[in-house]
Amino acid sequence: MRNSLWKSSLPMTLAVLASLGMQTVAHAQGRRGAGRAGPPQPAEAAAPIDLTGYWTSLITFDWRFRMVTPPPGDHEAVPLTAAGIEIMNAWDPAKDTAAGEQCKSYGAPIIMRVPGHLHVSWQDDQTMKMEIDTGQQTRLFHFARSADGRGAPSLQGYSVASWDQQGRGGKKWGQLKVTTTDLTPGYIRKNGIPYSDKTSVLEYFDLMPQQYQGETIMTVTSVVTDPVYLFQPFTTNDIFRKLPSGDSWKPTPCSATW
Amino acid sequence: MTSKQLRFLSADSTARGAIAGGVAGVMALILASAALPARAQVGIQASPVDLSGSWASPLTQDALERVPGPVPGDWTGMPLTAGEKVLAQSYDAAMLAEPEKVCQFYNQWHYIDGAFSLRIWPIVTSPTDGIRGWRIQSIEDIGGMEIWLDDRPVPSEYARHTLHAFSSGHWVGNMLVAHTIDMKPSEMRRNGAFMSDKASLTTTFMLQGDSLMTVVMALEDPVYLTEPYIYVRSYDKSPNRPVPSAWGPCILNDEGTEEGQVPFYLPGKNPIMNQVYSQGKHPIVGQMMHYYHIPAIASDGGADTMYPEFRDKIKDQFVEMYSSFPKECTDAQYCAFGGGPPRGAAAPPPAAPRRAAPQAKAKND
Repeated sequence: MRNSLWKSSLPMTLAVLASLGMQTVAHAQGRRGAGRAGPPQPAEAAAPIDLTGYWTSLITFDWRFRMVTPPPGDHEAVPLTAAGIEIMNAWDPAKDTAAGEQCKSYGAPIIMRVPGHLHVSWQDDQTMKMEIDTGQQTRLFHFARSADGRGAPSLQGYSVASWDQQGRGGKKWGQLKVTTTDLTPGYIRKNGIPYSDKTSVLEYFDLMPQQYQGETIMTVTSVVTDPVYLFQPFTTNDIFRKLPSGDSWKPTPCSATW
Repeated sequence: MTSKQLRFLSADSTARGAIAGGVAGVMALILASAALPARAQVGIQASPVDLSGSWASPLTQDALERVPGPVPGDWTGMPLTAGEKVLAQSYDAAMLAEPEKVCQFYNQWHYIDGAFSLRIWPIVTSPTDGIRGWRIQSIEDIGGMEIWLDDRPVPSEYARHTLHAFSSGHWVGNMLVAHTIDMKPSEMRRNGAFMSDKASLTTTFMLQGDSLMTVVMALEDPVYLTEPYIYVRSYDKSPNRPVPSAWGPCILNDEGTEEGQVPFYLPGKNPIMNQVYSQGKHPIVGQMMHYYHIPAIASDGGADTMYPEFRDKIKDQFVEMYSSFPKECTDAQYCAFGGGPPRGAAAPPPAAPRRAAPQAKAKND
């Protein structure tokens, strides 16, 4: 009876263990297989969504802060510290222009909010380039560490990018995640609301999976963190509509007042 | 073999059998649980991410529009038809106080147009069932939203429109895409821009990292919109401040408009739109011009106001007028609304003397 009981459960146990073993082997082979396939796919080839092409801003909210210059001192909805309010109240666009600093409201923490057009392309297979016509700015999203290092802090800073791949089987989908640091100080709103050189920007670029009346839409979610002038993260969203060509492309220089 | 031995053997074999059976059972359970997602997909799309929980809406965008209410006459960035522009200008906020409208509530668009946080949970009808849908709830005066994933029949186009409307959804990667039809007509912006009962809504829910969710809503209305009106908002996961999932009933009160009255203005006769603050090269008429120097060609809305090229139309006048703004913002402009330093921080410099508050702000929620 002892033997018969043990024997009766043995096949099931073996079957279970064999099944688990096969799964483990398959999993390990998958990992090893991936390793044997060589280095990771370049970011361009691995892209789950295609963001390249020309895009136009679609300004359906926060219009007063984006399409025109807000009144001096208007910091509605910005979690600004007392130190930030002091700087804002001292804003003098003429002084900025005289000092050649009229691009301070075109830095990475705000540039996606500036009405204009984007041209997205691949500079190389690990670097996405985003040109913006308003203010004539260029952002580079690095999927691999740059050989020449991060360089000095700048208006657009240094952006590290990665794809967040989504979905199982079937159609590939995902989003682009970009983290930007190494920024020089600037304005988070045209009317002199400051951000400091300690600022970092986390962005998600998402392509809408469906078209709206034939139009392709991309959204950008930005979380700006600044321990100096913001007492909590400043989260905003922006919308872009894909354009069939670069016909609307209109490079315009920075302006401190418009 | 003695009976004692037999009992021993019996007990021993039972114990071993139980152990062996237990091992097998545990293994079988592990395998079965690994197979659960596949079972859940039967007839229903498996949900690749968990949207459930409370999601707080930070007031870092459109704070004025979402909380106290938009400035009267501000339809900037809205692709309104010419007819809708006239309709919006006939709006009198007192109409919300009509007894018939006090408990009218908002439709699903107000999830994103309003100020409120969200609570989301899955609709599951039995433990062996998959997730049949997702329920979205906010404050009590917005119709609920059930997004069905189970391919249930779409209501007839002649079906009665309800406060909950009808939403069906599907997953694309980690995005939940919902399509809502049969909505009750409601405001697109709480200052008179209404949508028609032909409007439909596409809502996309996207998780971004562990604690951020972004929601995109695209409203299409063949009657009052010339293009889709798209709005985006992000939410922070809020496990420690749960959003209520149930609210009390709406109770009728006298809110100031007598039964039988229908407050409205005839086209072109709205005194708030027509209020003249000053004459001159650029007359200051209406609150958008008064507080923000935004002229009527912009504040009246229309699809062209959504695009960067529109700035060229107003640039010269705006730049010329900008220097006439007071050097410090005023309370009437709501300059510090939703912003400003945290409590206990050093006080900012005093603001300029207060001007009259904007009149007839849209009704608070």
